[in-house]
Amino acid sequence: MSAIAIAAVSKVYAGGVKAVSDVDLDIADGEFIVLVGPSGCGKSTLLRMIAGLETISAGTVSIAGQVVNNVDPAARNIAMVFQNYALYPHMTVFDNLAYGLRNRGVPRAEIAARVAEAARMLEIEPFLTRKPKQLSGGQRQRVAMGRAIVRQPAAFLFDEPLSNLDAKLRVSMRGEIRQLQRRLGVTSVYVTHDQLEAMTLADRIVVLNGGRIEQVGKPLEVYHSPASTFVAGFIGSPAMNLATAEVSGGRLTIGGAELAEGLVGLADGRVTVGLRAEDVVPAAAGAPFAIRYVEELGSGRLVHGSVAGQHITMAISPDWPLADAMRVAVAAERLHVFDAATGRRIACP
Amino acid sequence: MQTKRTVFGNRLLPYALLAPQLAVTIVFFLWPAGQAVLQSFQREDAFGLSTTWVGLANYLDLLTDPNYLNALGVTAVFAPAVAVLSAGLGLTFAVALDRLARGTRLYAALLVWPYAVAPAVAGILWWFLFNPTIGLLPYLLGMIGYRWNHALQPGDAMILVVIAASWKQVSYNFLFFVAGLQAIPKSMIEAAAIDGAGPVKRFFTIVLPLLSPTTFFLAVINLVYAMFDTFPVIHATTGGNPAQSTNILVYKVFVDGFIGLNLGSSAAQSVVLMVIVVALTVIQFKWVERQVTY
Repeated sequence: MSAIAIAAVSKVYAGGVKAVSDVDLDIADGEFIVLVGPSGCGKSTLLRMIAGLETISAGTVSIAGQVVNNVDPAARNIAMVFQNYALYPHMTVFDNLAYGLRNRGVPRAEIAARVAEAARMLEIEPFLTRKPKQLSGGQRQRVAMGRAIVRQPAAFLFDEPLSNLDAKLRVSMRGEIRQLQRRLGVTSVYVTHDQLEAMTLADRIVVLNGGRIEQVGKPLEVYHSPASTFVAGFIGSPAMNLATAEVSGGRLTIGGAELAEGLVGLADGRVTVGLRAEDVVPAAAGAPFAIRYVEELGSGRLVHGSVAGQHITMAISPDWPLADAMRVAVAAERLHVFDAATGRRIACP
Repeated sequence: MQTKRTVFGNRLLPYALLAPQLAVTIVFFLWPAGQAVLQSFQREDAFGLSTTWVGLANYLDLLTDPNYLNALGVTAVFAPAVAVLSAGLGLTFAVALDRLARGTRLYAALLVWPYAVAPAVAGILWWFLFNPTIGLLPYLLGMIGYRWNHALQPGDAMILVVIAASWKQVSYNFLFFVAGLQAIPKSMIEAAAIDGAGPVKRFFTIVLPLLSPTTFFLAVINLVYAMFDTFPVIHATTGGNPAQSTNILVYKVFVDGFIGLNLGSSAAQSVVLMVIVVALTVIQFKWVERQVTY
């Protein structure tokens, strides 16, 4: 069993910069957790603290029930896949895979068997005698994965492993990583700045901002009920529309134009409203919508415009006729309402 | 690969631009080297009044001259010893610096200082430190019962010139090893740490192999340095003595030519030295190309 428990973990660098503050996170055995956030949000620092490559300033990290704060990276029984793969350039692929096993005194025959098994799984058997230099980006990525797999560790740690690949390869490797993790059932922590990678890979997403956890949840939970304006703007593409709006008597207006009605249980006043592009629909009785420009996606169309001077993006079917004077509305149950001051979600009953 | 190409309007302009560099190369390198090759086939009398063409006689004499063969042997000990000592110490200091958390710039600056000292001055410095009557080190060695005297004991003399010649070169090696260590991606070291390799094992299985291009480059540079540029060190310390025990090839070229005034033999020796160094460099780079690329 190899659950990971992170309790009140903080990281303060020598200069006084606080990279991670007070993070609590329980990762179940076999779970795939994705840490996502913009650069500088502390996601890599958190991962490196789990790996033991970074000291822990406060709090505890436990792997399989054992506190590992002062345990060497080698003794934590974890494997890590680096962004630049960090393959040993002077060793063949076989030696790259075998290195960690040899260091641990695994018998020669077992090393050969385990490497062969991993190579078969990742389809890198033809390259075992080659050096990393002779491999393509995707093949190097597989070797890096293989180096993690042969160790049969308690947990896989991924530090933006796909960001050096081209877009197409990234999508296919993403799928392979997901399948592999399911098949092996190894607890995994994956760091990325790409919300799409987070959505598609994760059992649970952890959204980080400024060294703190903004929200933890299943991908669809995070997508459908973001806990803050930060999460709302970060998860989903195109980004969720965020606008300042007024609530009064169950009606939501932007600059006097009514966007939705029939809201219940909301106190009157100023709020930040979040609208998914696909939830904004043309409506005869809606708010006036001034089109700025249109992006054609083939399967759909993104119409960028404004309501009372605030930017709103609408995703509609290409069949819909565009007119200069459009009106848009949003169904009340599709609205995300956030506190205008704190940015936290206000529950709509 | 993209090639840089500049088109000159005037056909003579490129040659005019090259001329200063070519002039320096011709006057200070090609001409003297050619002169040496020419002189190596000649014999000149002591007053420089007559010159006779003697063909290969100067070279053939070298083969049977016990002093020359001795110098060959001395160089075969001296040059590798200097190369290994300066690379070894340079690497040691570089690794030590790499492990430092702070103050690296200060230590780096201090360790580079010896490179700014002229070889003759470095020789004198070590000659004083090892001086049997007034030096500090013989005094300390005396306390553990060793009577140091590089004026009488060939072994002591060799150790002195090797140390004095290496001292400066350590700085040079140190600089290149520091750059080499910094070029190794940190994640590779971290990957090795996670793979269960301790610091010592990491050094020998990851760091050292990744440094091999630097190491082989320095091996070539060090050998060439030891064979050519160490003349002032020898001249300022032992003068090739006692009993010719530190008379390396390049020093013998000087002694035979300018003290003994045997210009023909001296020229032949310098041609041989040149051939040896060129051959060593070619062999090393061929070998480096095959072994060190990864």
